Amino acid sequence: MSSTTNCLKTIGSPSLEELKGSPGFPDEHHMKKGPIAIIECIEAIPCNPCETACPKGAIVVGHPITNLPTLDVEKCIGCGLCIAACPGLAIYVKDYTYSDTEALIVFPYEYYPLPSIGDKVTMVNRRGAEVCEGKVLKINLSEKNNKTPVISVSFPKKHFEEIVSMKRI
Amino acid sequence: MYKTSIAVIGGGPAGLSAAIEAAKAGAQVVLIDENSRPGGQLFKQIHKFFGSKEHKAGVRGIDIGKQLLKEAQELGIEVWLNTEVCGIEQNKLLWAVKNKTESVQLLSERIVLATGAMENSIHFPGWTLPGVMGAGAAQTFINIHRVAPGKKVLMIGSGNVGVIVSYQLLQAGCEVTAIVEASPRLGGYGVHTAKVCRAGVPFYTSHTILRALGENKVEGAVIGRLNDKWEFIPGTEKVFEVDTICIATGLTPLAELAWIAGCKFKYIPELGGFVPLHDENMETTIQGIYVAGDITGIEEASSAMEEGRLAGINAAASLGFYSSKQKEKLCNEVRERLDALRQGPFGKMRRIKKQELITSRREIRCHQQQIV
Ligand SMILES: Cc1cc2nc3c(=O)[nH]c(=O)nc-3n(C[C@H](O)[C@H](O)[C@H](O)COP(=O)(O)OP(=O)(O)OC[C@H]3O[C@@H](n4cnc5c(N)ncnc54)[C@H](O)[C@@H]3O)c2cc1C
Ligand code: SF4
Ligand code: SF4
Repeated sequence: MSSTTNCLKTIGSPSLEELKGSPGFPDEHHMKKGPIAIIECIEAIPCNPCETACPKGAIVVGHPITNLPTLDVEKCIGCGLCIAACPGLAIYVKDYTYSDTEALIVFPYEYYPLPSIGDKVTMVNRRGAEVCEGKVLKINLSEKNNKTPVISVSFPKKHFEEIVSMKRI
Repeated sequence: MYKTSIAVIGGGPAGLSAAIEAAKAGAQVVLIDENSRPGGQLFKQIHKFFGSKEHKAGVRGIDIGKQLLKEAQELGIEVWLNTEVCGIEQNKLLWAVKNKTESVQLLSERIVLATGAMENSIHFPGWTLPGVMGAGAAQTFINIHRVAPGKKVLMIGSGNVGVIVSYQLLQAGCEVTAIVEASPRLGGYGVHTAKVCRAGVPFYTSHTILRALGENKVEGAVIGRLNDKWEFIPGTEKVFEVDTICIATGLTPLAELAWIAGCKFKYIPELGGFVPLHDENMETTIQGIYVAGDITGIEEASSAMEEGRLAGINAAASLGFYSSKQKEKLCNEVRERLDALRQGPFGKMRRIKKQELITSRREIRCHQQQIV
């Protein structure tokens, strides 16, 4: 294994290099084209609800079930249905084109208390470090999500690559 | 004395699945569990499970438990709760204690042992202080009794149990100060470690706990770095102010009943220690006694359910409830799914080791036939 694979197994979260070599991570071009799913699942574990959840057939795990999920960037419309379906909470949707200055992230968040719409929250990177402020736009509590709230937050575009979640409140 | 066709001991995912399959085939089944409700580990597991649709992936452990329970009830399976099985005699006579007061005997034609596993402990100065507990105990506190075991927790062990319980402690409002791992690599699934990592919990690999601090309860913990021979490097101590220390250093199969029954065992560290030998139908070296789930090697709820199904189908078939053709068809479906679960870097080792168990069982059988 290359040295970059060590991040996930030593620090706990994957590095950008590890992610960029994985089939669920969109390439730079598609990443910035519009809303798209980003899958941070880079270890061969027996799991495939992401595949079953996507109505567009954009995620393929196939056989054996330990294959890494592959995202078809052409098919993904960024609808976000796969987010709460993933038991690993490893999928979020990002939209680089949200506004001139801001990007959007839609991510799973299983902590109480939940923020309220309009709240300013602190956005964090993969290691939990505080990076910037974000604004809560939407909280999806649909029954389909089976008790995993899915939150939409806008944040400054320049932190697009780093941000993966918000700090607990 | 009570009588039944099949007695299933342990009401976790393995036992419930065995009982359901056996009852579906038409056999009379008694399911016994020492707890006040069946479900085993499942009722503590509020997180969504991995796997495929057939393994109820994406469903929370607790809901899988409820579904299995409902199915068991619909099939009219007799369930004895608060009943601890203490002995098995030669002719498959079980001795159990009900409600800690009443001694009962149950004569059964077939027995499925699905007693699960128990947590390993590690010993360090201060380990008996109140506030030091198994990760499973902490999980029971928060998810069953809804009480936080403390405010600031140090987790020892980064396997799936350590990281999942850490995540659930965060969800319960506790602070997880750090996760300590003796190995240079983290043990749990990357998606789980990433979850607690982005919540700001630091991991300390190549570190171990040296002692717990405090007079009458845990008030802190000292950890230290290990060299590549897993020896403590003096001068690397770090002190954390915590009130709870959780230990998640692995599980050991709970196999006393299989020992008592006279089953043959093999020591396979990768499966958690001594495990009863069994064949591809989950039958042990004692005819008519089957095993399934964590008792046969520490795995997962999804594999426990499949093994339970195998044991249930075979126990029922051996009593004539299935033709051998029907039985093989059903078993092959289950074995295919089991194989699929034992792929990838996490599953491969388990597949190899489980095969080792089955091969050892086969060798013993050949040997027995030669003697006869
Ligand atoms: C924190 C944690 C997270 C996990 N997450 C996952 C996951 O995401 N996906 C997954 O697939 N697996 C997961 N697992 C693993 C899974 O829970 C176990 O592998 C599974 O529960 C094993 O099932 P079992 O039926 O063999 O044993 P158990 O669930 O342990 O059930 C055994 C039952 O037998 C009873 N019993 C024992 N001895 C006796 C006796 N003498 N008399 C009567 N009753 C007895 C016990 O009380 C218990 O109720 C997790 C485990 C833990 C601890
Ligand atoms: S965002 Fe929608 S279209 Fe894209 S992978 Fe997820 S479910 Fe499929
Ligand atoms: S559902 Fe999530 S954890 Fe499972 S394979 Fe898909 S991305 Fe990975």
